Amino acid sequence: MSISVNGHDFSNEPAPGQCLRTFLRDLGHFGVKKGCDMGDCGACTVHIDGDAYHSCITPASRALGHEVTTVEGLADGEELHPVQEQFLRAPGFQCGFCTAGMIMSTTAMTDEQRQDLDHSLRGSLCRCTGYRQIHDAINGVDNTEDSDAIAPGDGVGASPYAIAGRGIVTGHEEYTLDTNREGTVHLKVVRSPYAHAKALRIDTTQAKASSGVLAVYTWEDVPDKYFTTAIHEDHLVDPKDTRVLDRIARFKGQPMVAVVAETIAEAEAGCRAVEIEWEVLPAVFTAQDAILPGAPAIHRGNPDPFIRHPDRNVLLDLNIGRGDVEAGFEEADVIHEAEYRTPRVAHAHLETHGTIAWEEDGIMNVRTSTQSPFIARQKLGFLFDIQDANLRVFTKRVGGAFGGKQDVLSEPLCILAARDLHRPVQWEFTREEEFTGGVVRHPFTIKVKLGAKRDGTLTAMQMDTLADTGAYGNHGGEVLGCSLVAMNWYRCRNKRYDGQMVYTNNVPSGGMRGYGSAQPTFAMEQAMDELSAELGIDPIEMRRKNCIRPGDNLAVGTHAEEFQLRSYGLPQCLDYVEEKLKQGNGVPKPEGPEWAEGIGFAIGMADTSPPTEHRSGASVHLELDGTYRINVGTVEQGNGTVTTHLQMAATVLNTTMDQFSIVNGDTSKNMWDTGAFASQGMYVSGKAVTLAATGLLDYIQTYAAAKFGGVKEDVEVRATEVSVNGRTISLAELAQLADEEDGQQLQYSQRAYGSPISAGWNVHGVRLAVNQVTGEIAILQEVHAVDAGTVINPQQLRGQIEGGVMQGIGWTLTEWLQQGPDGEILNPNIRMYRMPNYADAPRIDVHFVDVDVSKEAGPFGAKGMAESPINPVAPAVANAVADATGVRFRCLPLTPPLIYKELNEAYQASNG
Amino acid sequence: MDQNTVVELVKPDPAAPGEGWREGDVWLAGGTFLLSLPLPQIRRFRDLSELGWTPVEVNDAGLEIAATCKVSELMAYQPDPGWAAGPLLHDCVRAFLASFKVWNGQTVGGNICTSIPAGPMTTMACALDADYLLISPDGSERTVPAIDFVTGNNVNILRPGELMRKLTISAAALNRRYALRRFSLTKAGRSSVFLVGTRDPESGEFLLTVSAATIHPFHIRDAGVPSAAALLDMLAEIPDDKYFDDPNGRPDHRKHMTDLFAEEIRSELAN
Repeated sequence: MSISVNGHDFSNEPAPGQCLRTFLRDLGHFGVKKGCDMGDCGACTVHIDGDAYHSCITPASRALGHEVTTVEGLADGEELHPVQEQFLRAPGFQCGFCTAGMIMSTTAMTDEQRQDLDHSLRGSLCRCTGYRQIHDAINGVDNTEDSDAIAPGDGVGASPYAIAGRGIVTGHEEYTLDTNREGTVHLKVVRSPYAHAKALRIDTTQAKASSGVLAVYTWEDVPDKYFTTAIHEDHLVDPKDTRVLDRIARFKGQPMVAVVAETIAEAEAGCRAVEIEWEVLPAVFTAQDAILPGAPAIHRGNPDPFIRHPDRNVLLDLNIGRGDVEAGFEEADVIHEAEYRTPRVAHAHLETHGTIAWEEDGIMNVRTSTQSPFIARQKLGFLFDIQDANLRVFTKRVGGAFGGKQDVLSEPLCILAARDLHRPVQWEFTREEEFTGGVVRHPFTIKVKLGAKRDGTLTAMQMDTLADTGAYGNHGGEVLGCSLVAMNWYRCRNKRYDGQMVYTNNVPSGGMRGYGSAQPTFAMEQAMDELSAELGIDPIEMRRKNCIRPGDNLAVGTHAEEFQLRSYGLPQCLDYVEEKLKQGNGVPKPEGPEWAEGIGFAIGMADTSPPTEHRSGASVHLELDGTYRINVGTVEQGNGTVTTHLQMAATVLNTTMDQFSIVNGDTSKNMWDTGAFASQGMYVSGKAVTLAATGLLDYIQTYAAAKFGGVKEDVEVRATEVSVNGRTISLAELAQLADEEDGQQLQYSQRAYGSPISAGWNVHGVRLAVNQVTGEIAILQEVHAVDAGTVINPQQLRGQIEGGVMQGIGWTLTEWLQQGPDGEILNPNIRMYRMPNYADAPRIDVHFVDVDVSKEAGPFGAKGMAESPINPVAPAVANAVADATGVRFRCLPLTPPLIYKELNEAYQASNG
Repeated sequence: MDQNTVVELVKPDPAAPGEGWREGDVWLAGGTFLLSLPLPQIRRFRDLSELGWTPVEVNDAGLEIAATCKVSELMAYQPDPGWAAGPLLHDCVRAFLASFKVWNGQTVGGNICTSIPAGPMTTMACALDADYLLISPDGSERTVPAIDFVTGNNVNILRPGELMRKLTISAAALNRRYALRRFSLTKAGRSSVFLVGTRDPESGEFLLTVSAATIHPFHIRDAGVPSAAALLDMLAEIPDDKYFDDPNGRPDHRKHMTDLFAEEIRSELAN
């Protein structure tokens, strides 16, 4: 029996246990994505005879004899389906990995279902947008402009839709594993069942004899080197504590053995045939326990001097201050002191980690899902002794990252096997592996002590943090360093910070949106509210009185000379949020005396560049056909950098975006770029593009003036033409002339750096109601004001902010990696992890404040905003809950069971 | 996800579907659960999709729902408007965390046999006092009350190779008034508490089904609507350790919500 896919008949027989998703992908229908692989996210949605199904939980055999439609089959030739057009123009996506599924789900909905998206979008998850964009797409709201409708030179400040948009809505845009490379073999790993154990003996005999198995690798087969998986420009900011495969398991889920086989099924069978004899070691699961005397020392004996106290599990301690906090507390009329805790949460980007590595003409090619091909290349070259010239690392479109792809996780084993077997080797993480063997947000315990005079003047600020880096130190040091930031937006003479980053036997923590600053912001912004309450001062006034202003020294841990408030929008942000919360939005609190209403807000300041180096090189070329090409190394993961780069270059070159092509994310084609993290895709890579475009403009003007007479200042470059000395020729002619007559290529390259550093601001306000009987929270109003400097693409930035806020809402209300007593993650899947659904997403009033921009800092005065919107969300909600109930919640997430329990205890206590 | 250890898709004989059952076999209904988690111990799928059982049938006894009735078919079925409890069928479908796309594949019997505490088809069957017809591999049959079927989280009384054929709901049960309350930790999330109360229009009998909150459903039955205090006493007989502890809820909160909802249902049905 055959199966019809998009009108073509296939006679391939599915395997008896195969799901429709892999069957369709094997046939080359890569628009069918894998997100959760268990029927919760909808990325794999297809139609069978017109009805929508999650193809990951549909037996492939059920489609035999039926008509299957994938997203690739939806458009009528070049004519997009109306829903595709709507998703293109809303736009209804950022990374685009969920888009095919969203479109296939929407097209199967009845009108009635489209009116009830809370229910009909169950099983359709988006991790990037925060769902407003999805809502707009389904309802046909067009928030974008055709790029060719934007006048030459007007790109900055416009909202063209993503240049990859058409590929995304048709399912043709390639993501990491959307390819069937001839001869590809598959890698799977055996993961440790213990949180801390030594493999005494690994018997691979049965595995090697297993059908289809080509190789089995253990710790004895990998390079005898320690490295860190963390991606940073400076490799010295992380400890060398990790091996590609280790004999010691330091967390439950650590890869111990890799099996490569012809098929995934055979690799899995090979893994099951591996026998390991273990010596189980004592383990610790909290940072508090890990620093107790007698705790098992997880990296005892590691010689890397970066690790501060390997015998006591202390990766790094920081003790920084200025002034005299003791004296400051003496001076204070009121002192507030409390402890705050934040949980372990996951990125849950819809595209799981995946890599394909193969050798070709002496070059090792690595196609992978990373935020930084260049630093990945550096690390992989170090591990395998491959020179840069012989190692190409590149990305296709990356399906979301949020910091989760700022580690080298899936790449090393693929290279090891590809070099050994001379075959392309692919490793695709399962969704469960993302939770148990990926990276997570660092859990923090933060003590805050604040002192103030009666009039609200801060006299002393003290923070003491204890954070959990998990089994490895990747990102631990930098995250600890970033946690200082929460003290930086308050003026106070006496500040003291003491922090420790500690090893435990938990899944490693890594980089995550709001890198090291989301956690202390949760503590500081609540503490400041609590202090305000004790002083009887309005919390907004307290901020106005104490927040830093231009000219203030921003110190505690930063270089004041390069870090200055070059533009300053905090007052406008505070004003906007205060006014909107006062105004309300017409949404009343639910009826009933059990519902208590409250408002809260919080501030977050974000440095526009990290203190460690971040750099990028870009080139802009005038091609012989008169179009421009941009080469820049940064990666597109849904942050929209590619589109904004085109907008900026088009503005500089006084033309339209459709005159550009862009080549990015490839070490063999681009100049060095540190990577798409720390919100630097705009701030640094965008600056490189802008500078290169500026240089090219100057070059074109100089060349045209020399060629045709006149001065370069009088040469006008506009749209596709250049006018000089009364004469107008096309850019194509100019490029050809330069090439043919003068042997010149009209191109320019420029490098850019993170310095100088400015600061962006986020102020989040929320009005909510708490059901004091059930513990539910109903969010009634959300306001988010932003100082992003110059806004390059308002629609895209709005989406980034909404998405960041929504991840903040998830962190605040529902998400939490729960752990059993032996370190097991109890909810390692999308269903149980509970990231926000469409129904959980409030509408957010996003406002960009007008500021006097400083072009000295970002390109056109823009400040990066990918990460920081998440930071003030949790403390704003916690402040509102305290306002509503009178009870302070100093931990997350604020689930109904927690709220019920705490309110109940507070009620019992107040009633004796 | 793929179940790569499955080596054969068995198409059972409709006359004797359990014949030839062996270890490593599982019944494949919609597949929406069996393809949703790693199950390396399974070897053969026994495909129920072509047995030809009528999804929903109304007869003198009441309503019969085949185990293989798809949830979307149950949602498409319009119960007799004369049945006061008819709308409960659709209320329970809407209680699924699963999307409408899952409903197109998943089956009523599959949800019941998965036997998770939050399974809304279990809630529906228990609230309507249904009976299940089970067929063993040798063809012998037994009928069990729905309330006795699920015994724990993912645990039920099915014996190896035994198959659920259908559930039967009496017309009397369908004639009862009902009231329901459901709670989940996210807006359209999985139930952490799902309570349904019914009352017989003639005898006045009160039946409260506690589900999702506990590892298996509980019935609280009384000749009439009890007093608030009496209901609390009956609820107190549910042992604390039967309240479910998982990422979708905590036992103390579930117990609290159960008591709260039970009282709301009691007063609604008392009027």
